[in-house]
Amino acid sequence: MQHEPAKHETTTADTVADYAIQTSDLSLWYGDFQALDNIALRIKKGIITGLIGPSGCGKTTLLRCFNRINERYGNVTTTGEIKILDTNIYGDDVSTRQLRRRVGMVFQRPNPLPISIYENILFGIRVHSQPNEFSREKKDELVTAALREVKLWDAVKDNLYQRATQLTLEQQQKLCIARLLPLKPEIILMDEPCSALDAEGVERIESLIESMRGDYTIVIVTHNMAQARRTTDECIFMLLGELIEHSKTSSMFLNPQHNKTEMYIQGRYG
Amino acid sequence: MVEHESAIALPTTAAHPFVSTKFEQLKLRRERTYKYLFLGMAIMLVVPVLAILAFLTIKAWPSLTWSFISSNPANGMTAGGIWAPLFGTFLLVLCSLLIAAPVGVLAGVYLNEYARDNWGTRIINLAVVNLAGVPSIVHGLFGLGAFVYFAQMRKSLIAASCTVAVMTLPVIIASTKEALAAVPMAFRVACWNMGASRWQTIRTIVLPNSISGILTGVILQVSRAAGETAPILFTGVAFYINMDQGFALDEKFMALSFHLFTISKQVQNVPESIQYGTAVVLIGLVLVVNSASIAFRIYLRNRKKW
Repeated sequence: MQHEPAKHETTTADTVADYAIQTSDLSLWYGDFQALDNIALRIKKGIITGLIGPSGCGKTTLLRCFNRINERYGNVTTTGEIKILDTNIYGDDVSTRQLRRRVGMVFQRPNPLPISIYENILFGIRVHSQPNEFSREKKDELVTAALREVKLWDAVKDNLYQRATQLTLEQQQKLCIARLLPLKPEIILMDEPCSALDAEGVERIESLIESMRGDYTIVIVTHNMAQARRTTDECIFMLLGELIEHSKTSSMFLNPQHNKTEMYIQGRYG
Repeated sequence: MVEHESAIALPTTAAHPFVSTKFEQLKLRRERTYKYLFLGMAIMLVVPVLAILAFLTIKAWPSLTWSFISSNPANGMTAGGIWAPLFGTFLLVLCSLLIAAPVGVLAGVYLNEYARDNWGTRIINLAVVNLAGVPSIVHGLFGLGAFVYFAQMRKSLIAASCTVAVMTLPVIIASTKEALAAVPMAFRVACWNMGASRWQTIRTIVLPNSISGILTGVILQVSRAAGETAPILFTGVAFYINMDQGFALDEKFMALSFHLFTISKQVQNVPESIQYGTAVVLIGLVLVVNSASIAFRIYLRNRKKW
């Protein structure tokens, strides 16, 4: 529950509590097709971790494992262990609804719900609370805080009851991040959050993500090597469902340990 | 053959490279011809509708007064109006939709939102498709066996309504599924990833955005329920009912479609304008309901939220 943003500055995180996500022997099949092969990783709390690799290598699939949303896509078999915040998420008494509340997801194509901006922000707490559990003032406060945190407040404060689907793509993506915040997520999973945006939008979303470093554990899938280099603290390189390399971003890009990683970040394939 | 060659060979004597070729002109002429042929076919669709309406209206004109609608058949059907069968048809449509709409819509929600693609779901879908293909007279006989005798409803409004409900059910299920499938998957994914249950997602996002399609599908079944004769023939429609006793669910009722049959074939000396008048009211009812559903769909579509 408590973030220790100072911890990630040092590369050695020795105690178990320093990891937000840990997997071991994680394999996943879509029907007969094996999409993940014995993934073992440990993602530290409070930092930004990038998932890179060519299309079809299992980045998105791996991301979807972390809040068990893969199960909603049908005909998926998962084996192995995933621990989020030191809890086995396949445990008997784990509620997927509470898991997804604490492990939010942001998508490639911004997907605000077809309701007002105000209602989009409140949607999360509405599905997790009794009707009328929150007073009008409390709701206003939550909406304001969330919109301020993603730097969207100034642009939409006069149009809170406008349909969210009418916003620009960049604003929609900020809203999609903002609507996770009232749920107090520990981990935010981002699946290529900038690839639908123009250059300025990318810049502002990246700076938003960087401003969230320390408060949340962020895992970001990206195809953009420059973006991975700019925004992430650590990188995980995947290929054909296998984890090839996991290291600090600076050392991966300057001194990749694996031949395939080097070829990929140099743009020889993928 | 010459034309085909010229289609491939580049023109050598032309003034500029983009001169139209003979082959191309031939194609353009053909294209025009076929366009008018297709237009003709489309117009032919309208002709029978207008012809039937005009013919019926002219023949029925002497009878088409307000009292024709508001009064009951009199003098052994040879005089009076059509209030009892009109009201009977209204009740039949209302009762059958009250049964079929909830069952059909909820089944459609299950099949589109919950069901996984396994053999059980495939069997249900197959059953729905086949139920839609069952002739209405077979529905009538099924209703006779299942509702009138087995469920001991006797020949009654409720038995006929159940029969008509079974008949309209597959189309309501199919149109509901189609309307739900039109809601973008991204909305559901967004909800699920915030920890919303399937039902919360359906109630707050999916249904509000598909309700126009669902309601259109339901309303279109009104015209079918009003028009079909075979399913009610054995299950509850009556030759004549004295309206003074009122209507009851477990009593027989009159209906426009069957009334039209009786005054045309069963009863002697019915004035022609009464027969045609009944047909005009029946067809008018169907047209009004269909137009209303189209208007309603346009209204809801304009309010659509994405």
